[in-house]
Amino acid sequence: MSHFSLPSLVANALGSNKGWTKQWAKPEPKANYDVIIVGAGGHGLAAAYYLAKEHNITNVAVLEKGWLGGGNTARNTTIIRSSYLRDESARLYDHALGLWEGLAQEINYNLMFSQRGAMALAHTVHDVQALKRRIYANRLNGIDGEWLSPQQAKAFCPPLNISTDARYPVLGAGLQRRGGVARHDGIAWGFARAASARGVHIIENCAVTGINRAPDGSVTGVETTRGTIGAKKIALSTAGNSSMLLDMAGIRTPIECFSLQALVSEPIEPIFPCVALSNSVHAYISQSDKGELVIGAGTEQYFSYSQRGPLHSVEHTVAAICEMFPIFTRLRMMRNWGGTVDVTPDRSPILGLTPVPGLYINAGWGTGGFKATPGAGHLLAFTIANNVPHDISAPFSLKRFQTGNLIDEAAAASVAH
Amino acid sequence: MLLIDCPYCKEMRPEVEFSHAGEAHIDRPADPSSLSDEEWESFLFLRSNRAGICFERWYHIHGCGRYFNAVRNNVSEKFILTYPAGQKRPSDAQIKGALS
Repeated sequence: MSHFSLPSLVANALGSNKGWTKQWAKPEPKANYDVIIVGAGGHGLAAAYYLAKEHNITNVAVLEKGWLGGGNTARNTTIIRSSYLRDESARLYDHALGLWEGLAQEINYNLMFSQRGAMALAHTVHDVQALKRRIYANRLNGIDGEWLSPQQAKAFCPPLNISTDARYPVLGAGLQRRGGVARHDGIAWGFARAASARGVHIIENCAVTGINRAPDGSVTGVETTRGTIGAKKIALSTAGNSSMLLDMAGIRTPIECFSLQALVSEPIEPIFPCVALSNSVHAYISQSDKGELVIGAGTEQYFSYSQRGPLHSVEHTVAAICEMFPIFTRLRMMRNWGGTVDVTPDRSPILGLTPVPGLYINAGWGTGGFKATPGAGHLLAFTIANNVPHDISAPFSLKRFQTGNLIDEAAAASVAH
Repeated sequence: MLLIDCPYCKEMRPEVEFSHAGEAHIDRPADPSSLSDEEWESFLFLRSNRAGICFERWYHIHGCGRYFNAVRNNVSEKFILTYPAGQKRPSDAQIKGALS
């Protein structure tokens, strides 16, 4: 693996860019590993990287049924923020945001991480009250947040329509300046490269078809489309398939799957300087470095594993964008797609142990798992290495649905996001 | 957009007239006060969530205003059967018959 730097860039440019080496290895699966992580998305690869880096466990395989970073890592709208209401969520998401902040340097990979600010708009008195409450709660948890008047919001995001005769007038906005976006592929590729360099095996086109167990119930390995692979510890990080995988170990889950759609416009000159989210009008938007406006909203209403959704939802989302930013009314939309999201009853993730010894779960991130990528991987790696949940992720156990200690973020998250 | 056959209206209507209402055939506990925490968890939160054939409730909110059940393939998004609430869960043979 070659180190990326200005000298390496110049040297390779002078050599017609023929000197670049492969960024990660493609080994054949071994018969046994210390740890198997199922799912080579951002979360799974991050867990593999932190297992190697912080816990010195390098005999690790990351199994992926398709290609690396091809699931929800490739399908989300890359919004990063930690402005969650509950103390537990605030700690969890801010842990992730803290890791994002130094990550590009740490793994020597350009993640295009840009803290351009995530701004949630208020359109009703209730929005104003809820957003202010969230800002105050965030501040008590040491997370930055500030209230903007409509004029300040307009100054921060010039395309915003703040006229008082709008159907849903902007009454103000809650801004987290540390929020922003990153390159979705970059985080998967960066972690894959960093994990591979530390000896982790990334095995693509290897679908898990069963989980093998010893007579005492503990896991012994997995059956895959590329044969049996043994391991004493198995972690599932398979958003959109978590229930199916846990079913193989006889565990029923409090998860339901829905489609979530996103779309991008034709590329235009830089015009949109931040991330804007609106719960009431129901959409969120940012501009990628390529110039496309990246737009999304909530999930479809019905269960789905189809990774697609109906056009009327897209129309609804675009209508919301045109309402808030009339300047985009004549913009063409270029493509749209869907992903399958794991939704839990309290809209908070499940990260920790399972009733099966040696089996760990990272699931239920719903519509907002991308922002947590390094944090989820970091905490999952800790849990796998020590066989106990990390302090930060302990409240997010599978057990909470039995004890009733739910972490209700349904209303607090922006656009279920 | 899904086209949904309301078993009361006996008409194929667009999805926007309907509201999805979760998994079907989850019976309310007969004696709630005798339930253990595990049983409450199972009733309130644990769901099948399998890819493929699913059983679900729909509410014809902008139509007849009544609940009914449906069998649908959640990968192809195709409806297989719809039937009034309260009716027994269709057997595998019935689903197979409806598919052929």
